[in-house]
Amino acid sequence: MGVKVRALMKSPWVFHVSAGSCNNCDIEILDCLCPRFDIERFGAILVGSIRHADALLVTGAMNRKSARRVRQLYEQAAKPCLVIAIGACALGQGIFRDSYSMVQPLDEVLPPGAVTVYVPGCPPRPEAMIMGVVKALNQLVPAKQPVEAKKEQADE
Amino acid sequence: MNIFEALLAFLVFPGFVFMVIVGMLISWVDRKVTARVQFRVGPPLLQPLYDFLKLMGKETVMPRGASRLAFFGAPLIGLAGAVFVGTMVGVAMFLGKGFGGDVIVAVYMLVLPSLAVIMGGIASKNPLASVGASREMKLIVGYELPFMLALAVPVIQSGGRLQLAALLQYQAEHGSFATTLSGLVALVIAILCTQAKMAVVPFDQAEAETEVMGGALIEYSGPALAMYKLTKILMFYAVPMFVVTLLWGGFGDLSAVGIILGVLKYLVLVVLITLIRNTNPRVRIEHAVAFFWTWVSIPALAAVVLAAVGL
Repeated sequence: MGVKVRALMKSPWVFHVSAGSCNNCDIEILDCLCPRFDIERFGAILVGSIRHADALLVTGAMNRKSARRVRQLYEQAAKPCLVIAIGACALGQGIFRDSYSMVQPLDEVLPPGAVTVYVPGCPPRPEAMIMGVVKALNQLVPAKQPVEAKKEQADE
Repeated sequence: MNIFEALLAFLVFPGFVFMVIVGMLISWVDRKVTARVQFRVGPPLLQPLYDFLKLMGKETVMPRGASRLAFFGAPLIGLAGAVFVGTMVGVAMFLGKGFGGDVIVAVYMLVLPSLAVIMGGIASKNPLASVGASREMKLIVGYELPFMLALAVPVIQSGGRLQLAALLQYQAEHGSFATTLSGLVALVIAILCTQAKMAVVPFDQAEAETEVMGGALIEYSGPALAMYKLTKILMFYAVPMFVVTLLWGGFGDLSAVGIILGVLKYLVLVVLITLIRNTNPRVRIEHAVAFFWTWVSIPALAAVVLAAVGL
């Protein structure tokens, strides 16, 4: 594991993208920064500018107005940048699925493979979000197991 | 001091390498104290190093239409200014050397990091960055006057000595300036100005995350942002150390007691700045300027007068 990846895993700065959510997920994200969960223990801080971000926490159900802007934000971010979809709405538009103003779910608006981790829940608990970030960071490590698993499959 | 020694002093001790180590430790102390004030656990010891290494490995984005030279030159200018001040203070304190008038040069160099923020903000061609840059300008106009008045106090008291090492010598003979009335007032004023110089709350309007989304630094990413963060870390060493040296006796005679006391003074100053930043909200820019021009400048002027009559 290179220094780059190691340092990124130790200091993931998060940027909060609210794509038209009902604010519940947003409040739970702020909970992560508060004394009870304190994600600064893992080096994560909330940044104000998209250019400083290492992980986008996207909440909300992506309506016609916000979809384009979320895509723009993703393009503006300095790579490598993880995207973490938070809450039922960001995953699959939730209860707003049949609404007139909905376009596509998040992972179809962003380039394929951009969304690293999905955290379900309405709203998800802060523990679940922290677990999501940890999973997303673990995906940065050059994967050993999947390759081996594939080999095994091929052998079979 | 020949050119080789000077380069060694600038790059290794007491310059760049030494400053980075101390600065990273002290910025961890700052974050840890902040966390403890808020009943949090706080980041691990090596967090500033991780942040720096991570930023060095990220992509650099330059906005279209930005001036390349100013956009990438500004962070380096700020960094050079911070290293220069730290080196001068360190050379005076640890080696007892310097040149005539280095106090004045240090004051000039201390403006460079703020100037870099202004330059980078304007060069990045972003409206929010311009707002941040203009706020930084106003803030400089606000705090420079009382800061210079506060620094005039030790110069007047020592009978016109303008050399850091000579001022330290004077303090070793006559006791630190902070023990006199005018020196004490000057120290308090210098602490307030330090707060603004290092751009920490309540005077971080230029980089306010909640208002202008990172302000002057909004467009910076990757290594260029790392340079700004490093400058900030170095300023955490340079500015409080400058104030301790000039007004509070520095490390004294470099005996064991003197060094322990000096480190303690420095830590007290840094923790005080951290506590001020944790117990105050960000003020509006016009309030900050008004604050510095009235509640800080008038006592600073009084301190100068007191120093002139010998108190």
